[in-house]
Amino acid sequence: MTKQHVAFKLNGKQVDVLVEPRELLVHTIRESLSLTGTHIGCESSHCGACTVDLDGKSVKSCTVLAVQANGSELKTVEGLADAEGLHAVQQAFIEEHGLQCGFCTPGMLIRAYRFLQENPNPTEEEIRWGMSGNLCRCTGYQNIVKAVQSAAQTLQKA
Amino acid sequence: MDNPTEQQDREDTLKGVGCSRRRKEDARFVQGTGRYTDDIKLPGMLFADMVRSPYAHARIKSINKEKALALPGVHAVLTADDLKPLNLHWMPTLAGDVQAVLADEKVHFQYQEVAVVIADDRYIAADATELVEVEYEELEVLVDPHRAMDADAPILREDLVGKMDGAHSVRVHDNHIFNWQAGEKDATDRVFEQAEVTVKQDMYYPRVHPCPMETCGCVASYDKINEHLTVHLTSQAPHVVRTVVSMLSGIPESRVRIVSPDIGGGFGNKVGIYPGYVVSIVASIVLGVPVKWVEDRMENISTTAFARDYHMTGEIAADSEGRIKALRVNVLADHGAFDACADPSKFPAGLMHICTGSYDIPVAHLNVDGVYTNKAPGGVAYRCSFRVTEAVYVIERTIDVLAQKLGIDKAEIRRRNFVKVEQFPYKTCLGWELDSGDYHTALEKVLNAVDYESLRREQQEKRAQGELMGIGLCTFTEIVGAGPSRNCDILGVGMFDSAEIRVHPTGSIIARMGTITQGQGHQTTYAQIIASELGISSDDISIEEGDTDTAPYGLGTYGSRSTPVGGAATAVAARKIRAKAQKIAAHLLEVSENDIEWDIDRFKVKGVPGQEKTMKEVAWAAYNNVPEGMEPGLEAVDYYDPPNFTYPFGIYLCVVDIDKSTGETSVRRFYALDDCGTRINPMIIEGQIHGGLTEGFAVAMGQEMPFDEQGNLLGNTLMDYFVPTFVETPHWETDYTVTPSPHHPLGAKGVAESPHVGSIPCFTSAIVDAFSHLDVTHMNMPHSAYRVWQKVHELGLDSPV
Repeated sequence: MTKQHVAFKLNGKQVDVLVEPRELLVHTIRESLSLTGTHIGCESSHCGACTVDLDGKSVKSCTVLAVQANGSELKTVEGLADAEGLHAVQQAFIEEHGLQCGFCTPGMLIRAYRFLQENPNPTEEEIRWGMSGNLCRCTGYQNIVKAVQSAAQTLQKA
Repeated sequence: MDNPTEQQDREDTLKGVGCSRRRKEDARFVQGTGRYTDDIKLPGMLFADMVRSPYAHARIKSINKEKALALPGVHAVLTADDLKPLNLHWMPTLAGDVQAVLADEKVHFQYQEVAVVIADDRYIAADATELVEVEYEELEVLVDPHRAMDADAPILREDLVGKMDGAHSVRVHDNHIFNWQAGEKDATDRVFEQAEVTVKQDMYYPRVHPCPMETCGCVASYDKINEHLTVHLTSQAPHVVRTVVSMLSGIPESRVRIVSPDIGGGFGNKVGIYPGYVVSIVASIVLGVPVKWVEDRMENISTTAFARDYHMTGEIAADSEGRIKALRVNVLADHGAFDACADPSKFPAGLMHICTGSYDIPVAHLNVDGVYTNKAPGGVAYRCSFRVTEAVYVIERTIDVLAQKLGIDKAEIRRRNFVKVEQFPYKTCLGWELDSGDYHTALEKVLNAVDYESLRREQQEKRAQGELMGIGLCTFTEIVGAGPSRNCDILGVGMFDSAEIRVHPTGSIIARMGTITQGQGHQTTYAQIIASELGISSDDISIEEGDTDTAPYGLGTYGSRSTPVGGAATAVAARKIRAKAQKIAAHLLEVSENDIEWDIDRFKVKGVPGQEKTMKEVAWAAYNNVPEGMEPGLEAVDYYDPPNFTYPFGIYLCVVDIDKSTGETSVRRFYALDDCGTRINPMIIEGQIHGGLTEGFAVAMGQEMPFDEQGNLLGNTLMDYFVPTFVETPHWETDYTVTPSPHHPLGAKGVAESPHVGSIPCFTSAIVDAFSHLDVTHMNMPHSAYRVWQKVHELGLDSPV
């Protein structure tokens, strides 16, 4: 199948890749670009393990074609920490024990990162609805809610 | 004089047992640098994908690979006929049966593996599966296990026709797998005949799936030059996989390396050995390149290891005061097309004979028949210790029914029947020895915490207003930590577990275990055990698991066995090191070993302040200044064969409100008290309990795998199969008591499965309680809104007043 040239900004760096028109963004990120933090849990948009930040929106990269990302700005879990250290959501997930097996965690973090920009001071109910596109089988969510609350406080102080 | 503050500081520095230490594994997981099976990419790696049967029962008339093989990028298409010369078209199961690796002449369940395609990438492999032409002749399908042993039932397993000596018992029908019994039938029957009161309740524990976030998969890599096989795979028991792979392939075990890398949740789904693993290994050996296979979500739910599917009848004989005199349990177990249950070999129904629960029951009888149906194989312990979930469900449901019949409160009837604290260790009538417990204290703690009397009063008021409010109670006893090798083995290997600890000269430590973490936080908690035993900070202790080339042999992580067995091995290995270290310390301090005492992180000369050597100092000396005749070094290994199981317990209480117009259940309150003995890391314990309760909620309220009459699985995506989101999941309240296990070196019992095991009957108890004033004694799971509404409607409660 003829490949197409796709260019986008990934975690602040310009990247160019050749992809098949049918290739899913998650496969491009994981296999062509070797960033395996973004996970595949269902390939049907239900679980959210593949959530990435695409032009300021949380999207499930298992149901976005790589060609659709052309010209976009993408952020994955690998782009959350910076020279200063971990992002507040990452630190809060550690402190509040918001992860166990870690498989849903990158999707949770990248969603929490965007959600707290959409709603910097959320109630518990707003967190539960705002994060509800991401499934977790280990934690029962309670500590993730605490982590998002805690990160919200940290980010507000900053 | 010892300074308590200084001692406390030294204790705190260790971050040992009892500390809510933050997890060592989190740094990589929050930064996306975990390494899961699908993250592994090897040079020249090809992808495998399965051709699966659309039919539940059919004869394969022909398979035509030509079109698939003609597709550019396809390297091979393998069928059972290709595996036959290698004798790999069938493989042994963990339950003494055999299972088709690729369908051999017949398919036995929908989505069964018929052929495997190996191609350059996963897209081409998927394309090619659709080009493999398979001609089927449909056969009569057996879905209902109650029909399995009818004279006119279609025979599923032609390979077993006439072989009436099964792996566990004589078979009485070609679709029969085993009959298994525990206890005394005649004595039990006699008590029932003379009992003042008897109750009997039929219940179905639906077929469900553990559905971890990461599906199953592997990367097989055979090195032809060195004749060495490496397989990275999602296994909860990598050492067992190595043994099986060696037995199947003929490659010496020393040249097979199995690696369980980071695992994205297991919950029992990753105990089994699946056709995808076997064909990937074969393909890698044949093609000489690495081969990756990763199942998608539909394949995961449809084919790799379901759980439960028990049709149970619980019967209790009691006196008029509600004191239980006998228990009778009958089970029809639907095992699907191949008996691939993951249980200790001697127990085809797992530890189902823990079904006497927390109660002092004089006599009991358990009877289980396993049958074949046209469904996927499995029968794993979904966050459960080998059918203890089913066992707890049947006893907890049946005791509720007894309470209802006698008009005794469900908390009170439990008080009357609990094993009393002074009776421990308590020998159950079905042969277990409950190690320790204090059920009465725990129950009162919960009832006080929720103000049970007020809840009952409120329920009365609500009922008077026509509202539906239910209070559920579950007072369970688990059996975990399988297990003593005298009665527990997997494929003949005793169910011990192991730890190997090495103290380096500068006083840091590496330790390796035979277990494998899947989210439980072993890298954190095992280090805490060693820290407390050896006086080295857990921050300086690295834990490694999952690589069979380096870790000592162990049976893996499932059935809450890591802390009871692996944790015990860790403590014992550490104690061996401390014993040697004490000799070295005595040598350094020039005193007799008997004059030395241990104090947190150092050896002291008794009664001589200041005369001491820290463990770090001793570690250094172990490599350059040991007593004459002692070998240098400071390390130990322990293979721990537990003397008994451990028996964690819990008291769970749940309050629900049911909307009569929609059948929707709102969990107003869920209070979970767990007693897992000594608590190693309270933060992790609480996290495990939250997770287990949520999985229990999922099972009770929505999970099921329904089949139509043709054996089609109706619901194998996350659209249909219930995995609760943030929104549905209730808020959890946790509490604890501590009753250490008398036989475990640390007194710890294991905890991760209790919340799953205990919460499920608690939810059913609450739902049924909402209708109990209307003579409803039981409702089968899942308690989805529609099913609850059906009950509301049946009772006429939804009609306008």
